[in-house]
Amino acid sequence: MSTSPSTSAEIRAEIRKGLADCSTVGLGLVPLGLAFGVLMTQAGFDWWWAPVFSLVIYAGSMEFLAIGLLTAVTPLYSLAAAAFLVNFRHVFYGLSFPLEAIRSRLGRLYAVYALTDEVYAITATKRRAEMTGPRTLTIAITCQSLWVIPGVIGALVGTALPEGLDGLQFALTALFAVLAVDAWRSSGDLPAPVIGLVCGLIAAVVAPDQMLIVGLCGFVGVLLVRYAWLQRTGRAERPGRTNRPGSDVG
Amino acid sequence: MFLVTVALRAAPFVALTRLRDSGVVRYLGRTMPAGVMVVLVVYTLRDTTTALGSWVPATVALALTLGVHLAFRRAAASIVLGTGTYMLLQAWLG
Repeated sequence: MSTSPSTSAEIRAEIRKGLADCSTVGLGLVPLGLAFGVLMTQAGFDWWWAPVFSLVIYAGSMEFLAIGLLTAVTPLYSLAAAAFLVNFRHVFYGLSFPLEAIRSRLGRLYAVYALTDEVYAITATKRRAEMTGPRTLTIAITCQSLWVIPGVIGALVGTALPEGLDGLQFALTALFAVLAVDAWRSSGDLPAPVIGLVCGLIAAVVAPDQMLIVGLCGFVGVLLVRYAWLQRTGRAERPGRTNRPGSDVG
Repeated sequence: MFLVTVALRAAPFVALTRLRDSGVVRYLGRTMPAGVMVVLVVYTLRDTTTALGSWVPATVALALTLGVHLAFRRAAASIVLGTGTYMLLQAWLG
């Protein structure tokens, strides 16, 4: 258990540490935030939707997806299911997050809300005993600022660009491809992305209008069958394998 | 989307041990992200047609993005390069 800093000098030192913690992972958020803002206004949204998305959803890949889903007027249950499946990995982040270091109730609520891939990646590599409340909160707030502010700048840039810049939407495809590679690297499990590819392609052919949900549910269904099969053949999950953070925005 | 995301982030603080001990949850946490992202790649390319100006830019740009990212691991560079290639090829062939 960490000793909490009491004097204002100690708190300032902890805040400085928190800012330093964000220097690498946090800066990776900036180009993605800019891209998000540009795509947002290019899709026809007003610039202020960028900060609204980043405060209300605050889960990068989901925000990128939401642009397209909302323009296509996707039903609410579909949005909820997509958010659940895309963000499922967050279930694990709390297990090693130093929430007890934060004293105020409001601070704790904020920290849970803002527990993105980046915040998890930063805190997971530190010794838990070193993480004080001010330091942990500084990390969370800095990461969100490094996402929201570039988002606003990108949105304003997007408004200035000629309308309907052709092909810019490929940035989303490229983002997911990069995230798939990173996720595959950290899991070391090749069958999963291959199953995902097959399910995605089948869903695109069978149910083009509901492709996302059908593809994601089919993928999870096959994974569960595979899990049962691995259990039966005695090759189930080795205990002690921990989940490593992704590199996704949120 | 807000509620679902925050609920997922809050779940381990509420049901800490049960989640940690569940083999299937741990298995899903390890295997889901890569596959979900692949489904999303397919989803973003769902409007690709057999027209030359559609599938060629998509295929080339995707292969380039994957190749560059596998080799150099610089997310931002891979995305910018892939998107730029896509835009150029589409302007040229489309």
